[in-house]
Amino acid sequence: MKMLVCVKQVPDMESRFKVNSEGVWFEEQDLAFRMNEYDEYAIEQAIRVREQLGGAADITVLSIGPDRVVEAIKKGLAMGGDRGVHIKDEHLYQKDPWQVASVIAAFARDKNFDLVFTGMQSQDRGSAQVGVTVAELLGYACVTTLVGFELSGDIVTARRELEGGIRGIVKLKLPAVVTCQLGLNNPRYPTLPNIMKARQKELLAFPIMDFLTEESAAITERMYPPEKKGRGLVLEGDINETADKLVAILKEKTTVLR
Amino acid sequence: MKALLICEYLQGKLLESTYELLAFADQLGASKVMLLIGSEAQAPKFDGKIYLADAGKFGEYNPDLHKRLVLDTAQKERPDYIVFVHSSFGWDLAPRVASALKAAQVSEIVGVVDGKFEVPSCNAKMRRLLTPKTKQAVLTIQAGAFSYQGQDRGVPQLERVDLAGSTPRVEFIGYEAAEKKAVDLAKAEVIVSAGRGIGKKENVETIAALARALAGELGATRPVVDAGWIEHSRQVGSSGQIVAPKLYVACGISGAIQHIAGMKKSDFVVAINKDKDAPIGEVANVLVVADVMQFVPALTARLQK
Repeated sequence: MKMLVCVKQVPDMESRFKVNSEGVWFEEQDLAFRMNEYDEYAIEQAIRVREQLGGAADITVLSIGPDRVVEAIKKGLAMGGDRGVHIKDEHLYQKDPWQVASVIAAFARDKNFDLVFTGMQSQDRGSAQVGVTVAELLGYACVTTLVGFELSGDIVTARRELEGGIRGIVKLKLPAVVTCQLGLNNPRYPTLPNIMKARQKELLAFPIMDFLTEESAAITERMYPPEKKGRGLVLEGDINETADKLVAILKEKTTVLR
Repeated sequence: MKALLICEYLQGKLLESTYELLAFADQLGASKVMLLIGSEAQAPKFDGKIYLADAGKFGEYNPDLHKRLVLDTAQKERPDYIVFVHSSFGWDLAPRVASALKAAQVSEIVGVVDGKFEVPSCNAKMRRLLTPKTKQAVLTIQAGAFSYQGQDRGVPQLERVDLAGSTPRVEFIGYEAAEKKAVDLAKAEVIVSAGRGIGKKENVETIAALARALAGELGATRPVVDAGWIEHSRQVGSSGQIVAPKLYVACGISGAIQHIAGMKKSDFVVAINKDKDAPIGEVANVLVVADVMQFVPALTARLQK
């Protein structure tokens, strides 16, 4: 069983974002980066498949971006990936989802992966396009928004999360791409021995131009913070004074304290 | 300019969000044609043409078959835009259609500015403005971003569509109902919800104490439920419960779109967050900028007096 897990490194979403000098993306300096949260579930699920098969499986962890994304790949290897692939691109933010998917598909095309795992979306761009587009380009079956995954032979039984907590149950045959939703499993934390071991694992690097042949399909004109509208009162300062003020406001504006 | 709008249909019913597609097309100034894979009885009340495929035959959602139905309809109508709601249906199907057409896709549109599409980024803390480069484009719109003001008593002209021989690769087995709700948050007058900003499971009790002091119910965001800190039946948001209490107190909640969709109709919202720029501030009547685990006990103590 050959598996590919695609991970993205994204900024911590608690960060303050400033628009960069080109005006189309955020300033990356001073931001802390981490693995896209959805992708942790993707790696965990691949590792569980390998455990289910008694180890008879191989997991490649791929990421595209500047050198900092090696940290995300290493985390994937410390969780249990077998090999890392870094597709180097200093300007990933300038690529659109169509280009990113085409690069992953170009890498994967001759490698006969049985299963490709991605997060259902990235936390920074959130287009939810890349995984499905990779499947279309490879001609693989695809299921998105996975909250349940069972493998039996070459058949996957998947649970998709639909609106209002309903789940749709579907079956599909490998090869397949699946995109993982939060809550699919409990991603493991890398242990210290596994972090050390990960350093010895194979890490391949390629320039993005080895795989990039497509032009972007959409242009980002600009990035900007949302207009502040309907913003209410902001209270800051001493905690006790603020709490007194809030109680007074609740008494005046709501009926719940009467 | 013409827009092909793909209706939302689930468990035998047309979803209300379908009408948001009409609102979006109106805002674009596009002429409208629709595709419904569902039943005639559920056709939207729309004065225009609707292509109708039978959900009994093609399934409520089957990616391979539905892709072909959309592509066939696009072939006939040659729309400039093919528009879906950004839902479990739309975000799954849209990239398949876009790939087949080699068309640009713009996801989760919240606004139209001079013919360009505005989308959220970075957990709704930023916006981006996008322009498709391709002649045709596939679009998904954020649920709730466009509200339909038109009259819903139109009578559509239906044209039935079918597919010849096709073997889908994804087989639909069935639906699994949502977990039974042990707590009906929709009836609560006060809800105090915990987000990941509370830090750890042990801190849930502090938030629950505030809920008790306000005679309200404890709520939670999705990450807190996924982490196992609070049970799913208390989850507020698009994948949990939609609530509208008299008072909603958001503790350590940054304000993901999915959470805000579940609580924005509350009468009065208080948010307690250390980040002044957190998107929850956009829907809060009062934003308390403070460490939630220091502020909440101080507030609870005053309410218990």
